[in-house]
Amino acid sequence: MPQQRQFNPYSENGGTILAIAGADFAVVAGDTRQSEGYSIQTRYAPKVFRLTDKAVLAVNGFAADGNILVKTVKQRLEWYRHAHAKDMPLRAIARLIQTILYAKRFFPYYVYNILGGIEEDGTGAVYSFDPVGSYEREACRAAGAAQALVQPFLDNQIYFKNQKPKPGQSHPTHLPLDHVLSLVIDSFTSATERHIEVGDGLEIYVVLARGHSAQGLSNIPGAQEISQTDEGERVFVVRRDLKKD
Amino acid sequence: MDHFPTNWGKPRNDSIDAYNTYPLHPRPDWRPKDSFADGVQRTQQPIVTGTSVLAIKYKDGIMMAADNLASYGSLARFKDIQRLHVVGDYTILGAGGDMSDFQHIQHTLDSLMIEEFSVDDGHKLGPPEIYEYLSRLMYGRRSEMNPLWNSILVGGFKDGKSFLGYVDLLGTTYSASTLATGYGSMIAQPLLRKAVEGREHLITEEEAREIIKTSMKVLFYRDARSLNKYQIGTITAAGPKIYEAQSSETEWSFAEGIRGYGAQTQ
Repeated sequence: MPQQRQFNPYSENGGTILAIAGADFAVVAGDTRQSEGYSIQTRYAPKVFRLTDKAVLAVNGFAADGNILVKTVKQRLEWYRHAHAKDMPLRAIARLIQTILYAKRFFPYYVYNILGGIEEDGTGAVYSFDPVGSYEREACRAAGAAQALVQPFLDNQIYFKNQKPKPGQSHPTHLPLDHVLSLVIDSFTSATERHIEVGDGLEIYVVLARGHSAQGLSNIPGAQEISQTDEGERVFVVRRDLKKD
Repeated sequence: MDHFPTNWGKPRNDSIDAYNTYPLHPRPDWRPKDSFADGVQRTQQPIVTGTSVLAIKYKDGIMMAADNLASYGSLARFKDIQRLHVVGDYTILGAGGDMSDFQHIQHTLDSLMIEEFSVDDGHKLGPPEIYEYLSRLMYGRRSEMNPLWNSILVGGFKDGKSFLGYVDLLGTTYSASTLATGYGSMIAQPLLRKAVEGREHLITEEEAREIIKTSMKVLFYRDARSLNKYQIGTITAAGPKIYEAQSSETEWSFAEGIRGYGAQTQ
């Protein structure tokens, strides 16, 4: 039997995603570059998607699998909405994503998922997944090409690892939205400097719990609301440019 | 309940569930298969192939180009092939990669258009619908490990909106105002991006043609599997149109001045 190069059904499309949970908000961000090898396929291919007014999903890895996964999850959420006359709670969406991923355990979706949003009890939440559905709720997570650059920065700035608080004080358990957004933007500009697959643009989704006033967002230029209802949780998008080289 | 008197009083065989009394979850079948099953061909290699396809957004719509060559490895086998294909009234497809797979796609889409025509519900398939259908088709085939070995550009104009997308054998999709497949993505894309990005709405048809002509010329110079005979297609509010084949002006006489060229002995 002659040796043939077998078709590889996977490819890597670069990019990086990040999500941070606040006390009553969550932030999910991703750069907009899609690449393959040393080529940029497009400077704008979204990797972060609004599922409901409480849940935002970021997908990264093999873009074809990522896009189909998002379509599948959205379809399952629509079926749930028709069957139960309500949106799926965030922790249920997380479990749903696990089962969808594990169903293809022996031909996986090559995607690293991060789900962010507001839990039923009004707290900000972030769930991160591996390609076959192992998942965990966390305060923050970075995934993708520049994970190794961003996650350590977050460990220091959000979990205050390797930092001593001032004597008599303790580290804050939760950070305010404007501070978190600065951390996100700085993470991406830094990753863009040193990782060739990161750049072009940044899209940040902000999910606010019911009580959280949208005042903080009026200070951030270019914040656009994309929530579907006036009552309940609210979702905003903030876009920024990143270096194109 | 066993209805058959001949079974009464005899030992029961519980492995036979004649009345489907319990559900059996679908399980993978790991029994040894008929060895002829190995003859079923799946993963392949492309045989008769087309090279780059280019496309840009301009003021009136989309302009796309592809040369007229279908290669058989290094042999320039078929030199009069049209690699741009009109689908319905609003869309043009341009494909590189295996030409038999592209012909299959063309036939599939033509059947789809006929079906939609028969449904006659007042809706006509536009570029986004064709693109979605094609992306699903390509991704589905890759997920069966039996890909349609192509890189395809889908360009269109409908209801005042331009559309330009890429889909390939893996089901990878992306969209931008300039796209190119194969060698085009390495050689032409930088030229297209420089000329087009940020000013799509300003570029006239003549300027778009010049941009395409320059890129097709460079590709003929530098792509060893290209042909100096290509076609341009446009989709505007007036619909899709594929133009007659044209060629690039090329400059080779400088070669005479190179020492050691041809019969020269310095």
